[in-house]
Parts: sequence; C-alpha cells; structure tokens
Amino acid sequence: MKFRAKIVDGACLNHFTRISNMIAKLAKTCTLRISPDKLNFILCDKLANGGVSMWCELEQENFFNEFQMEGVSAENNEIYLELTSENLSRALKTAQNARALKIKLTNKHFPCLTVSVELLSMSSSSRIVTHDIPIKVIPRKLWKDLQEPVVPDPDVSIYLPVLKTMKSVVEKMKNISNHLVIEANLDGELNLKIETELVCVTTHFKDLGNPPLASESTHQDRNVEHMAEVHVDIRKLLQFLAGQQVNPTKALCNIVNNKMVHFDLLHEDVSLQYFIPALS
Amino acid sequence: MKCLVTGGNVKVLGKAVHSLSRIGDELYLEPLEDGLSLRTVNSSRSAYACFLFAPLFFQQYQAATPGQDLLRCKILMKSFLSVFRSLAMLEKTVEKCCISLNGRSSRLVVQLHCKFGVRKTHNLSFQDCESLQAVFDPASCPHMLRAPARVLGEAVVPFPPALAEVTLGIGRGRRVILRSYHEEEADSTAKAMVTEMCLGEEDFQQLQAQEGVAITFCLKEFRGLLSFAESANLNLSIHFDAPGRPAIFTIKDSLLDGHFVLATLSDTDSHSQDLGSPERHQPVPQLQTHSLPHPDDFANDDIDSYMIAMETTIGNEGSRVLPSISLSPGPQPPESPGLHSEEDEAEPSTVPGTPPPKKVGTGGGGRGGRWGREQPPELTCSLSSSAHCSSAPSWPLYAPPRAPALCWLKTVREKAEPRT
Repeated sequence: MKFRAKIVDGACLNHFTRISNMIAKLAKTCTLRISPDKLNFILCDKLANGGVSMWCELEQENFFNEFQMEGVSAENNEIYLELTSENLSRALKTAQNARALKIKLTNKHFPCLTVSVELLSMSSSSRIVTHDIPIKVIPRKLWKDLQEPVVPDPDVSIYLPVLKTMKSVVEKMKNISNHLVIEANLDGELNLKIETELVCVTTHFKDLGNPPLASESTHQDRNVEHMAEVHVDIRKLLQFLAGQQVNPTKALCNIVNNKMVHFDLLHEDVSLQYFIPALS
Repeated sequence: MKCLVTGGNVKVLGKAVHSLSRIGDELYLEPLEDGLSLRTVNSSRSAYACFLFAPLFFQQYQAATPGQDLLRCKILMKSFLSVFRSLAMLEKTVEKCCISLNGRSSRLVVQLHCKFGVRKTHNLSFQDCESLQAVFDPASCPHMLRAPARVLGEAVVPFPPALAEVTLGIGRGRRVILRSYHEEEADSTAKAMVTEMCLGEEDFQQLQAQEGVAITFCLKEFRGLLSFAESANLNLSIHFDAPGRPAIFTIKDSLLDGHFVLATLSDTDSHSQDLGSPERHQPVPQLQTHSLPHPDDFANDDIDSYMIAMETTIGNEGSRVLPSISLSPGPQPPESPGLHSEEDEAEPSTVPGTPPPKKVGTGGGGRGGRWGREQPPELTCSLSSSAHCSSAPSWPLYAPPRAPALCWLKTVREKAEPRT
C-alpha cells in the first residue's frame, strides 16, 4: 500500500487548503479514500455523526502534478484512511507560501500521512516543514459502509440562495429553537421556519430557480407551488453552512419529503454532497 | 529608588513585563547600579527569566536615595502586569512612566503620565525578598546558535499554540531542526500530529554545535522571550549543553539585556526523539532529518508490513495501531547519595543553594501543571547517567518514571531589609 503525491502550483495548493479547511469544519474525523483518479473525503451516517453523511470528491489530476498510489491489492486498488480533519488543515496552513507540497503515506512509529512543505525563504537554503498526521488504515471489510451514498429521487430540487445570507439567518434562528423546517417548491421558493409556543419565524427566499428534474414526466401534473418539507436539527444545518467559507460555484438542495435534505455543492471542480436526515 | 521611562521605551518595558508574565507569578524588582532588573521564576523552578534595563534606558534613574541601601521587592506579577496590560494603550496615550520605591512607604508606586493631563497612579503592595539569582554561565555551554528573532519566530509558526514542548537539535548537513515533542502515552490510540521544521545553517549568524545534539524545552516559555525579541528586532542566542542541563536564551542591545534560563528534559525522557538510533547509551539523542531531500523511493514506507500484521489479526478493532516502539524504561534506581540530600525541607528558600524538591506528574499541561511542585515525604538523590558532578550542589529529586532535569537555580538569601 503506497501513496505519494506532489503539488507545485500555488493556486492548486490554495484550493486544496480551502477544501481541507471546509472538511475540518464539517467533520472532526473523516475517511480519506485514495484511488487512482480521485480523492474522497467521506463521512458515513453513523450514529456518532448524528446521521449526517458527507461525500466530497476531487479529481486528483486537477491538483497534483505527481500522483502515485498502490492500493491494498490489485483488485482493490484503493486506500481508505481515517484521520482527524483538523490535522490536515493545520498542516496545509503552513503551506501558504510554499514552493512545493508533498504528501506521502509513511510508517514512522505509527502509520501516518506525512505532509512535507518546502517553503520559500529569503536565504539560499530551503526551509522544510514536515507534519506527520497519524492515521488509521481502514480494513477492507469496512469499505462497504463508505461507498458513495445513493441520492434518492427528490420531491423538490432548488438552487440555494447566497450561503452567507442563509448562514446568518440560521444562526439567529438557532437561539430560538433547535427544530428547523426547510421547505421548498418547484417555483423557486425556499422557506426556513422555526416555531415555538411563543413565536413563529419564517424567512422566505424567492426566485431561486429550480434545476431541470431528471424525470420530468412524473412531476408534470404536480402543483408547482406545492412545498416539500423536512424537519431537521438546526445545529447540523448550521455546521454545514459554517463550513462554506467561499461561495460555491453551484449550490443546490434536494428535499425528500419528511425524510432528508441533500445539499449538492460544487466548489470550482470539487463536489461536495451533504445529507441531513429528518428529525424523527 | 526612582526611575522615569519616557516615549517608546514605555511600551518596551510593558512588553518585557508581558514576556515575564509567561514564566512566573511573582516579579522580583531590583534596582542595581548597572540598571533595573526585573526577574521571575516559575513555581517549579524550571524556568527563570531576567531583564536588565541599563540606566540609559531611563530618562532618570536613581537606584537608591543617597545614604540608603538598595531596596528590592517582590510583587505579584498580575498586579504589575495590569499596569501594562494594554500595549496599544501604552503606545497611544502614555507619555511617561515613573516607578518609585522608598523605604518608608510600603508601596511600589507606578505612575503613568498620559495625554490630556491624565495621570494614573498604581500603588502596588510588595514583599521584601531575597535576591533571586540563577547560577548559570552561557560561556560554559559548549553549543550555541544565534539568529535574528524573526527567523526563530518564523520557525515556530507551524507549531500549534498549545504545544508544550519542542525539541531543538542539529541534524544531518548542519540543518537546525525543531520538532514538536509529545509525551509517550503507550495505550493512547489518539496520537498527536508531529511537526518538524528544518532550517538551513545559512539562516543563523552563528552555529556552534555538532550534528546530533538536541535538547527539549518548554515552547510556551520560550515564546515569551521570542515575542519580545521579535518586536524589538533583536538577535536571539541559545546556549545549550547536554540534555538535562539548562538552556540559556539571551538577547542584548545597548539599553537592555534579557536572559531566559529553561530546564531541558534529561536523557531518559528523550528516547522518543531517538529516531533510528538503537543505542540507548548515547549521551545525546540522535535527531534524524526525515525532511532532508533524498531520492524519492518507496522503500522507506513500510506501511506494507503494518498492513499484513493488521489483516491477520482476528477480531481486532479494525484499525488499532500496533505500537512499534519500546516504552521508556522504568524509574531510574536512586543512586547512593554521594552528595548530601536534604531531608524534610519545609521551605525551599530557607536553605541557600538548594532548590525545592520536585515531583513531576504525567500528562501535558501548561506552566505549573506538569512541572508542579510537591513536598515528597522522603527525598532520594537521583542523577541521570550523563550528569556531571560539578562543584554546584546536586538536587535531591523525587524520582518518578519521567523526571525532567531542573534548572540550576540558587536562591541567595541576603539580609532582609528592616521594614518600618
């Protein structure tokens, strides 16, 4: 099992750093899946995560100018590692003005992902920072739980408003109630609602636009203004929104009535999918 | 005593106090003929810091009123720091700072003359004290390095602010290496991330140390001096010896000098930095430079052997890390005291030349945590194999499995000034 990769382009490095910062905000511990063409950051819907799951995918070609990996075996040419996301984002933070960044799977006393950064320095000699991030190798028998989640057929699919705005709204609502209702329709309307004994607060977003649905026929007769809704834990939504430091290239939300909400974002060329289950 | 600080020097004084506050809880203020000295020591006596401000630093400096003996006092660091708490405020509004102490009053008076005629007077109560002096001599340290504080400041940036200890050493190719130090916790599955910063010899103005030497000291305490030195744009020198012997950090300029003396971990604790060196009897820990550029090959990554071991284990927890290093040896057996051991010392400062006995708990922690002080019922004398028996007194140490070496601090007791 081997892995070695290198980034020399400054823009790629910054983008990779931003992605790892986002992952660090979304999940304390996550799984990194390394395959010949992609890197995935995965959070599976275990009880410990409150049923939330995440699937982030990036094409290694877009970041690394050197990428070599050898999986567990020829038939299973993949590597699954568990790590503390904050370690990776902290390691990459030092790579702000780096000449080159190398990531390697090593076994120094314990298995780790070694991030080695060559810094630009005033003097002739280079300065090298090395971070050994401890990892746990995930055995093959657990891989089945870490596959790409199947996106169910949504009742409503809608483009999201500016995430920063959404985040500030949800942040204020959090002080009132933990139970948030997200509802949307095929007419570009999205509402965020909280309700307590004393007060009911709703924020309406209009003219958001809806992506074309996969199966147009089944939904043609449905009333376009009919709202699909899901009740979620507001803190989970807030954690998701807090992770989005930069406005994504594309952001849409799929609601399965009373079951779950699925967020599908694209940050330039990195896709992020985030699933929040409905409150039981 | 009376001294007057004006202009930008007020902020410098404030910064020095901030620096000292990272070390100890009490500030020893002693006006000397060659300047005002501010000293402190931490509760476990493993760190000592001293700033000496030359008379030229002050607009007016009077060590003692003529005819009177030199006074000195000990104040609560918290109180003194509160005067200089906001450095921004000091810079913007304070024009003059006057510190005075006279034998008759029982207060140290610090007066800040600010803009718009505002005058803030702080009356701080103090205690008489003995003169705090540490016995150390930078010249006797065989190894030293000197660099602009900025270089060292940049070198510690990759380390997390919460990191307690760091190892400084010279690696292959005369590279200076700083590595985060974590105490070994054998059963811990949550290992900490290890960070290493590797600098070239060219970044240093002076480097006098052989490859392989290394010491481990408290980073938090060092950061105190480092931030002061960076703001004053000074060069910082580090004088050190074998592990276990104190490391001396100094800065100097025409108006002031600063000395921070920090204890370093002794030999028995530094095995974890003993990467690749199987011998345990080497006097100094070997520091491997993993970060040196070498032909990229996967031969060094023996993750395969780990994988194989893991797959054949039945009913394992999935990904439990198999410890691949041996644990540190048990407590050193107490050597027969060739040097006398102080027994049942109640107050450390009552006996000159002997620092307090020290018990070390396990686990990380900030200042005062791991390096806490306790009175053990029975004192044994325990020395690491590499320590020399010099003419300086040895310390009776309580010997738990992990016993960091101590700073050679001597508390000199001089006649207390009679207080009226």
